[in-house]
Amino acid sequence: MKPFTYERATTPAEAAAAVVRQPGSRFIAGGTNLLDLMKLEIETPAHLIDVNGLKLDTIEPTPDGGLRIGALVSNTNLAADQGVRRDYGVLSRAIVAGASGQLRNKATTAGNLLQRTRCPYFYDTNQACNKRRPGSGCAAIGGYSRQLAIIGTSDACIATYPGDMAVAMRLLDATVETVQPNGAARTIPIADFHKLWGKTPHIETALTNGELITAVTLPRPLGGTHVYHKVRDRASYAYALVSVAAVIQRDGTGRVAIGGIAPKPWRVEAADHAMPQGAKAVASRLLAGAKPTHDNAFKVPLVERTLAAVLAETRAA
Amino acid sequence: MKFDTPAGQNPIDQLKVVGRPTDRIDGKFKTTGTAPYAYERHDVAPHQAYGYIVGSAIAKGRITSMDLSAAKAAPGVVTIVSTLDMPKLPVSKRNIAPLFGGAEIDHYHQAIALVVAETFEQARAAANLVRVQYARTPGRFDFAALAPTAPLEGGSSGEGSGAPPVDRVGNFEGAFAAAPVKLDATYTTPDETHAMMEPFASIAAWQGDKVTVWTSNQMITWAKEDLAKTLSISADNVRIDSPYIGGGFGGKLFLRTDATLAALGAKASGRPVKVAMQRPLMINNSTHRSATIQRIRIGATRDGTITAIAHESTSGNLPHGKPETAVSQTKLLYAGANRLTSMRLAVMDLPEGNAMRAPGEAPGLMALEIAMDEMAEKLGMDPIDFRVKNDTQVDPEKPERKYSQRQLIECMRQGADRFGWSKRNPKPAQVRDGQWLIGMGMAAGFRNNMLTKSGAKVSLDHRGVVTVRTDMTDIGTGTYTIIAQTAAEMMGLPIDRVVVLLGDSDFPASAGSGGQWGANNSTAGVYAACIKLRETVAQKLGFNSGDVEFSGGKVRAGNRSVALGDAAKGGDIHVEDHIEYGDLGKQYQQSTFAGHFVEAAVNAYTGETRIRRMLAVCAAGRILNPKSARSQVIGAMTMGVGAALMEELAVDKRFGFFVNHDLATYEVPVHADIPHQEVIFLDEADAISSPMKAKGVGELGICGVGAAIANAVYNATGVRVRDYPITLDKHLDRLPAIA
Repeated sequence: MKPFTYERATTPAEAAAAVVRQPGSRFIAGGTNLLDLMKLEIETPAHLIDVNGLKLDTIEPTPDGGLRIGALVSNTNLAADQGVRRDYGVLSRAIVAGASGQLRNKATTAGNLLQRTRCPYFYDTNQACNKRRPGSGCAAIGGYSRQLAIIGTSDACIATYPGDMAVAMRLLDATVETVQPNGAARTIPIADFHKLWGKTPHIETALTNGELITAVTLPRPLGGTHVYHKVRDRASYAYALVSVAAVIQRDGTGRVAIGGIAPKPWRVEAADHAMPQGAKAVASRLLAGAKPTHDNAFKVPLVERTLAAVLAETRAA
Repeated sequence: MKFDTPAGQNPIDQLKVVGRPTDRIDGKFKTTGTAPYAYERHDVAPHQAYGYIVGSAIAKGRITSMDLSAAKAAPGVVTIVSTLDMPKLPVSKRNIAPLFGGAEIDHYHQAIALVVAETFEQARAAANLVRVQYARTPGRFDFAALAPTAPLEGGSSGEGSGAPPVDRVGNFEGAFAAAPVKLDATYTTPDETHAMMEPFASIAAWQGDKVTVWTSNQMITWAKEDLAKTLSISADNVRIDSPYIGGGFGGKLFLRTDATLAALGAKASGRPVKVAMQRPLMINNSTHRSATIQRIRIGATRDGTITAIAHESTSGNLPHGKPETAVSQTKLLYAGANRLTSMRLAVMDLPEGNAMRAPGEAPGLMALEIAMDEMAEKLGMDPIDFRVKNDTQVDPEKPERKYSQRQLIECMRQGADRFGWSKRNPKPAQVRDGQWLIGMGMAAGFRNNMLTKSGAKVSLDHRGVVTVRTDMTDIGTGTYTIIAQTAAEMMGLPIDRVVVLLGDSDFPASAGSGGQWGANNSTAGVYAACIKLRETVAQKLGFNSGDVEFSGGKVRAGNRSVALGDAAKGGDIHVEDHIEYGDLGKQYQQSTFAGHFVEAAVNAYTGETRIRRMLAVCAAGRILNPKSARSQVIGAMTMGVGAALMEELAVDKRFGFFVNHDLATYEVPVHADIPHQEVIFLDEADAISSPMKAKGVGELGICGVGAAIANAVYNATGVRVRDYPITLDKHLDRLPAIA
């Protein structure tokens, strides 16, 4: 870990401005991912701006019947919120499928969205990684890639977005609210928030320098049955091999988003339209153009089978 | 005391303290954080500096240059010890990979420097400023590619299992060819790591030419000898102290980099230095259980009598390394007139393969006990009946050697009753529970019992308190408690009148902790010392030692009763003795046995396997403390779940290293994976083993578990997976059609 300086911000605009003032700054909230990366010198911020005091930790209804989740609401509180559990069950279920109780107590809504990949070559600083050092190459390609992405990858990077919460948010068509260093607010649809790697895998989100997430807004509830089915080698405390977030209506229509297979929560609207036709039809649309490796080719059938499990579960319920 | 005839009646047989479920006497210290582990020994030496290890970024080649200038100039840096400062250090006989010194790189994350600074954070920051240039040379990293041409190689695990390059009885090939029912199948087990909670950690301090190392090590005498050899100093100048150990599983049997570099760093900086190996270095820097490819052939008559059995295993290791002795148990476990075992060893450039909990038997049984299940199915027999049919009460290779005790049949029969084995549907893939396919499986467990010399010193003071000193270690196993129970039983005291001090090389040399030999041998050593103390006490108190009774803190004979402490009125009494063994171990085959039972659920859609319940019935001689023994067995069963379902070091065959080298990516079971475990110990006492009549259990618990799980998975799905771990991708495309 490199030495760094530290300050506490008191307003979102002040925090955003502070980042620009000090080159090499990063925001810190729960720190569950950033501190680990700093210890390994994968992240080497010169300055940390603690945003925990910004009072962005409430969950409130929006005028159009949705929910506005403050950036600093902990994963624990978000998953336990009555309104979330009643109207957005898939979000609550996705959150509790991730990490551990201790981590969810510390982790925040905005921080979780920004969780970085768990690709083992990204974590091993002896290895080439275009995320860590743009242009150095990708040791994961041709290496051990069981956990890595099967779709949306590029010749520069095959890492996976590791989170669960964002998969549910993608399913729910959430919107990310931010404030920029000049004080201007903007909203980013979650579909556009995480970037495909392309030639620039070190650029992971749509956020610009200094831009601070202030909230995530959910649209009006969808009704239906909410499912989050996470598949993994052990029963807890493991990243998804594949996860399926789904909301399914009584008439068999619905929508689905997949975790563990792509640089971002993976949703294809055309696949949603195929929901009444069953898992095979949906999966083939979701995974059109997939380029799995030898190690992770099993994720292709696994997506379809997990989706079939979800549909069966929903029918049974 | 030499133990060369079977034990008769002795004071341990009273079982007032021994044999009773007893809380660990160190438990309160560990649960309250007052048992200091090696890295926390802040008080033992003042002014400690912090060392941070730099590991090699390549797996094979040499260092061409190392630039330390930026690191040396970093804040707080005291000194940097570079591998280029010295020639390759002597390699002790128990290490294979060199620990430090010279420019040659033999494996990934080999230590190449220690940065010593005032704080841990400063040392870490400076370590990242060390700039190293390497010249890579090609390495041998692809085990599957190397295995077919690997030469024959015999060897011993050093932990009670071993086999020659080729071992034959009768005519295997002829009998196998003639057998009406036969199996020829190949099984693989992956590289595995110990993944103990406490990392390698040491503090070293020099006084003149003497060094003291406060460390975390299973084998104190080995550590002392091997550190002396590595540093080219006299063993008399080395003191090792390791009273508390946060898990080892074989990873801490040997001198490792932490102790070596702490000593070198302390020498270079002229002050005490502490070193904890960083978690990401733990796996590639140290030893691991080597992957195996195992071919098993079994031939039988139609009534299920084995007529031919062969087990051939290939593993890989560094040059001069030893094989994983996976065929060892097959020499002993089942009858059969015509037998063959062989081992091959591929020379590789991955990190060192060495002992991990039940080396040999653990991976060997993972293969053999699936083969037995497959064979039983071919014969149309119940898997237990097939094993019973081929039980042997003698060493099948040397029938004149009887087993000292062998109750494998009882383990399996009792386990079957307790587990509800009769409810198992022998036809696979028949039982459903919602989305889950349900199956039951069983396997035999087998692990040898090792006899090895072990010493102790016992002291008595005027208050009647007995203090035991031995360099024995407690690696989380409950050793403190069983030693206290032994001394209490021998001296007629409650357990709280016994003090146990362990892990200091100034104490008498003991068996140490490994190969599940610790409990029986270390307590037998304490027994020997206590016999001597009883004689000394009786003599001091003027008793004729033949008919003296020690109980309730008193020494009695006839009508006379004296407080035990009175013997030490004139000053503390100290006696020392050890247990050593005659040839009972040669005359008799001494082993421990288990019947493992598992119910597993496999998701019909996703192929995920989740354990529902587990049972182990163990026959392992006298159980000294049923509570800590149970903890050992359930821990080993848990480790068996890991081996069966998730643990695998992933090899990067291009760059030659284990990629998943942290606890996030090397998965071991979590609580949610282990819903229900039960352990039953058969009521045994093996008088041929030692005066304690005990054996080991800590490794028996893992032996066979993996196969019991594999067999349960097969019973659930009808898909046989022969390559561990049984992750969902191994059977996903072959699962029964979803209804």
